[in-house]
Amino acid sequence: MHTDAPHSARKSGDWISGNGHSCRLEGLLNPSSYRFEILEKERLSETVVRMVIRAPLVAASARPGQFLLIRPLEHSERIPLTISHADRSEGAITIIFQEVGATTRELGALKQGQTVKDLVGPLGTPSDIRRFGTVACVGGGVGIAVMLPVARALRQAGNRVVGIIGARTKDLLILEREMSEASDELIVMTDDGSRGGKGLVTDALADLAGRERVDHCYAIGPLPMMHAVCRLTKEKAIPTTVSLDPVMVDGTGMCGGCRVTVGGEAKFTCVDGPEFDGHLVDWDTLRARKSIYRDEERLALEARSGKT
Amino acid sequence: MPEQDPQVRARNFDEVALGYSEDLAVEEATRCLACKNKPCVRGCPVNIDIPAFIQLVAERRFKEAAEVVAQANALAAICGRVCPQEEQCEKYCVMARVNGPVAIGRLERFVADWARENLPQNGDRPQPSPDAQKVAVVGAGPAGLTCAGDLAAKGYRVCVFEALHELGGVLRYGIPEFRLPRSILDAQIESIRRMGVEFYTNTVVGRTFTIQQLLESGFDAVFIGTGAGAPVFLNIPGEELNGVYAANEFLTRVNLMNAKDFPVEGTPLKRPRRCAVIGAGNTAMDAARTALRLGAEEVTIVYRRSREEMPARAEELHHAEEEGVKFQLLTNPVEFIGDENGWLQRMRCIRMELGEPDESGRRRPHPVPGSEFEMEVDTAIIAVGQTPNPLIRQTTEGLAVEKWGGIVVDEKTGATSIPGVFAGGDVATGAATVITAMGAGRRSAIAIDEYLKAKRGTS
Repeated sequence: MHTDAPHSARKSGDWISGNGHSCRLEGLLNPSSYRFEILEKERLSETVVRMVIRAPLVAASARPGQFLLIRPLEHSERIPLTISHADRSEGAITIIFQEVGATTRELGALKQGQTVKDLVGPLGTPSDIRRFGTVACVGGGVGIAVMLPVARALRQAGNRVVGIIGARTKDLLILEREMSEASDELIVMTDDGSRGGKGLVTDALADLAGRERVDHCYAIGPLPMMHAVCRLTKEKAIPTTVSLDPVMVDGTGMCGGCRVTVGGEAKFTCVDGPEFDGHLVDWDTLRARKSIYRDEERLALEARSGKT
Repeated sequence: MPEQDPQVRARNFDEVALGYSEDLAVEEATRCLACKNKPCVRGCPVNIDIPAFIQLVAERRFKEAAEVVAQANALAAICGRVCPQEEQCEKYCVMARVNGPVAIGRLERFVADWARENLPQNGDRPQPSPDAQKVAVVGAGPAGLTCAGDLAAKGYRVCVFEALHELGGVLRYGIPEFRLPRSILDAQIESIRRMGVEFYTNTVVGRTFTIQQLLESGFDAVFIGTGAGAPVFLNIPGEELNGVYAANEFLTRVNLMNAKDFPVEGTPLKRPRRCAVIGAGNTAMDAARTALRLGAEEVTIVYRRSREEMPARAEELHHAEEEGVKFQLLTNPVEFIGDENGWLQRMRCIRMELGEPDESGRRRPHPVPGSEFEMEVDTAIIAVGQTPNPLIRQTTEGLAVEKWGGIVVDEKTGATSIPGVFAGGDVATGAATVITAMGAGRRSAIAIDEYLKAKRGTS
């Protein structure tokens, strides 16, 4: 017989707006806390949507790096989305997502004032926010939304945060102002040079590592980007944390569908992650597992576009 | 009991066993000798007065029979379908030595179904008194539902918190609808809701809030019935390949998320063609029979021991065989082999032979050197067991747990190392049956009632 230690005291950065720890649940445990109303909806780019959703219980306990599972409609799949911001005084959380598949499009089609069918969280292990020194926070595409709360928390913890964000082109670049506020220095890259430097985020990271000491790197974005960042930082011996989003069903460690190979061991992204040591992740396996339902995703999209 | 034809039912999700008619039920009930010492009741984890209800069935007093069952078991329509009666009540039936035990499980199912179909479902929902003590139940599976129903009947205010978006736990995500139709499950949960129980889905206790927070927020006691939901893998090479599933994922996609109706339903599932199911318990049979119903050409149960050691119920095994599931016994997978894109293609196995009995009393299997062979499969479903989800033990300070992850409880009461916190079902015993979990939920409800009375008396 032994007693498991509880999670080490969670640290959070500039994450919570409103006044702090609502440890007591009185007043929150009622059906209205489970009415997930969309309070705000904003389009950040052609396909990226920001939504503020009322979810007071989730907002009360969410930490940077955690995610939620959302089911927009009765017949929708459950999909994981990172919590970009939690506002305790408003009892609301912010999600930012790209409309790529059937479910994200169903979510994106909902309007302010409507409700999402199901929402559960916060899930996953919070980011391990420590004082590293100088941290490069590399965000690509919609991954910038996942990077933002972590960057804020890292800065709050006393790190020098150098943000490096990238997108294919200017119109797809999101949250530049917010990332700029969260960083001591922000480097913007676009593939076509329409905003910031021309090139990839890895080019900017290589430059940065050439001119100053980088103690830690966070990389969150498309899989090829995270893989490329990890190749570079491994060479330069910069410890690197990545945030993974494989296929998931329940999000609580029940199905094993989100297993990834990290350091030769099978890990469940939903409970052991979503953040892992990027230098230990088996990227080829992850790429294959992420593509399991590629054909079905197309079918689902076709089925839905046929209906509307 | 009448059943759907095996050839037909192997391709549909309708219930396999069709249930007794009134006449068949009466005929079966008259076989009961109404033994005075009631040996059958000894085998029932929830102590249904079995001879009493069967006598009432024999006299066609179905309503009263249903009342006798309902007194002891709020989920009788479920138990009548999924209990391993042959190892419980029916095992002790004196008729077993004559011409087979009285079909107690089928009669239980009959009276529960009869009551649901013939009696008005009581619409009034009792309100607990404003000063009623509050109990939080974590997990809406068999243990939690039973505990919640019993406590509500005693007048407590009961809130059930469930992680998934639907209620029922393993009855919802694990057991397929051809064994337990969704309408039956929904009706049984509704009957517990009508007893005054409040349900909150979409709540992961340990993440959304903790047990400690519940105790600090006005709950006088907590019952943990979170089951054994974490899958066990084989830890052999190739397990990460696409096409290799834990039974939990495969069954959850079909049962909870309705993936068989993709793309109308949003959750996809690769349709298995040649499918191996590893393991030979009830979950393995469920997965194998589900794979058949999804259109698989060949489904094979791969098991490292022999038929005698299979943990599945005889009835489930029999149904699986009738429907065309094949068996590779004394066989153990050693490696999954995939193509260049990471998709499962073959499974490498080794033949086993049985040696001396191990600690479980079953003969220990040993690999036969040089006997490796390959099976061509595109889907492999691993059904070799489940363990308790670690979330609660990781987030509850002071909660004593066993090395294997189960919560340490007093067997009689379910009391844990934290005063006011009780636990029961698979989270305390390891993966077992629906009815043992319900028995544990019932025992804890009695213990919680005593605990709360004492608490009220001293405060």
